[in-house]
Amino acid sequence: MTDKKTIYDKIWESHVVSTNDDGTTILYIDRHLVHEVTSPQAFEGLRISGRKVRRPEFTLATADHNVPTSDRDKGIADPDSKLQVETLEQNAKENDITYLPMSDKRQGIVHIVGPEQGFTQPGMTIVCGDSHTSTHGAFGALAWGIGTSEVEHTLATQTLIQTKAKNMCINITGKAIEGVTAKDIVLAIIRKIGTAGGTGYVIEYTGEAIRNLSMEGRMTVCNMSIEAGARAGLISPDETTWEYLKGRPLAPSGKEYDDAVEYWKSLATDDGAHYDEIVEVNADEIIPQITWGTSPEDVVSIDGFVPDPKNEKNLDKKKSIERALDYMGLEPNTPVSEIKVDKVFIGSCTNGRIEDLRAVSKIAKGRKVAGTVHAMIVPGSGLVKEQAEKEGLDKIFIEAGFDWRDPGCSMCLAMNADKLQPQERCASTSNRNFEGRQGRGGRTHLMSPQMAAAAAIKGKLTDFRDL
Amino acid sequence: MEKFNKLSGHAIPLRITNVDTDMIIPKQFLKTIKRTGLGEFLFYELKLDQDGNEISSFALNQDQYKGASILIAGKNFGCGSSREHAPWSIADYGIKCIIAPSYADIFYNNCFKNGILPIILDEETVSKLQDTAENTLNFNIDLEKQNITYVENNEQKEISFDIDPAKKNCLLEGLDDIALTLNKSVEIGNFEGSQEKETPWLYGNKLT
Repeated sequence: MTDKKTIYDKIWESHVVSTNDDGTTILYIDRHLVHEVTSPQAFEGLRISGRKVRRPEFTLATADHNVPTSDRDKGIADPDSKLQVETLEQNAKENDITYLPMSDKRQGIVHIVGPEQGFTQPGMTIVCGDSHTSTHGAFGALAWGIGTSEVEHTLATQTLIQTKAKNMCINITGKAIEGVTAKDIVLAIIRKIGTAGGTGYVIEYTGEAIRNLSMEGRMTVCNMSIEAGARAGLISPDETTWEYLKGRPLAPSGKEYDDAVEYWKSLATDDGAHYDEIVEVNADEIIPQITWGTSPEDVVSIDGFVPDPKNEKNLDKKKSIERALDYMGLEPNTPVSEIKVDKVFIGSCTNGRIEDLRAVSKIAKGRKVAGTVHAMIVPGSGLVKEQAEKEGLDKIFIEAGFDWRDPGCSMCLAMNADKLQPQERCASTSNRNFEGRQGRGGRTHLMSPQMAAAAAIKGKLTDFRDL
Repeated sequence: MEKFNKLSGHAIPLRITNVDTDMIIPKQFLKTIKRTGLGEFLFYELKLDQDGNEISSFALNQDQYKGASILIAGKNFGCGSSREHAPWSIADYGIKCIIAPSYADIFYNNCFKNGILPIILDEETVSKLQDTAENTLNFNIDLEKQNITYVENNEQKEISFDIDPAKKNCLLEGLDDIALTLNKSVEIGNFEGSQEKETPWLYGNKLT
């Protein structure tokens, strides 16, 4: 055994409370994010069994999936959505948990709010009843999505019973080409390893192209670890990480900040640490990526073509290509740059941060959304919205014909009123292109914010660098 | 939690790979604040067309599979969203065992919290079992013995499977995880005490 450790090994070891007789581990959970969809049954469970929340101060709640992204002063129209949000508010109140309501400008998508508030910090274990909890791995935190039973377990005990996963390193060598974003990098990774490639692993992203990313970009990459099958993805923290955290409401300050930075420095993976699997991706071979099908692994470059099932020898794969083509209403061998879109969705926990909106504004400035397209921009949080408006980005968007909305998960999963109609085709910056994900019969193409903005303007998928 | 030991029943073959939890239960049914009554929405958009008519080619709509308690699925079953509504709807429908070549991690884990046994077998065996299931045979699942038995063409067949001993025990005993962990409250308190000394910035901050 080597004494060299990966960041995953280090965080794991520093959170072991005890080891059970059956070999499982009770792992301490430092922070817990809660939203309205996956928590009501957990709170109900606590009530039924007469249990209390162990550490309410380590838990942060906000409503994001069901909230409307327009006309908020009218409240939530759908009675079920309304009840779910009210239930969260009530549960938070009863259990002394901080809750950010729709009226609070800090409200937003949990995975955007956590980092913004400094709730997310390096070295922590963080969970949430939401698979995109992997986002927080961008800070060098071990963060993963859990089911509602585990939400209840975390609330009651501030721990989870876990079995350690394997270590995978995805090394992105070289520099990204100008205009190639974190989204393109992560789509290229999923294209390479597939949606089950990371199953059973925690992924650590390394390499020059990762180091060069901002915190926002790193969050985009870690966010989609789950689309590569891994429950968690993380990046060893560095200068970029502590600079981002400085001055955030829940981040340490003064001497504690300096002490924390010293501790955070010790988290990085040791040279020579063992990985069970290493994957190399060359950044300089990646150009803008888009999905053509109904799985996040159905990725092609923007200069590519819709695949032909005839060329697929694996019968299962061939069948799934045929199914996806049928659902997506696409013909084999069509150049993807000829695919017309009806809707554009810019937002989500993958790409709803200020950096994403700035990138979109550069494309939108002085241009117009195509007459055939409805394009919405949904900031990830109230603070992202406020910042964008401070910078005048909202004016650029509105001038160009984009629909500028209030924060929430919105059409990433269409639990609120924002959804695709059957057969409508959408260029989306979100994370899942599953059948029906954005509305029954809706057809989703995943891409970067720049690419989605360009699709809005051209009315079809297009390489934004050609605009 | 409900115990799982033995199960005997028909199986439904579902020949789709990468079945995601959005497919298992679409988002419009996640607005509930209860965990019961979700069975009727299982595979809702595969089961019913946009006008609400049954899609006859979908296995769950076929008479021969009515009342089946086993699902034989494709690889990477349960990928995507962490929604526990997926296993809730499966269990409520009456399916207590899934057989597939592989599962997504979160879904796999969620099954054990809901008395569902997810069995992993190689792709070829799963494919053969799907064929067998079409003949509406009775499958016997024995978790204690870790085997699946059935009679095909007057011949007794047996397939054994592997499972993590801790997870097996959890299903056999129907354990309440939370109660077990709460027995370790002293250890958890000790952990918090030493963590607070080493990384004090993790303690004391709260949003107002």
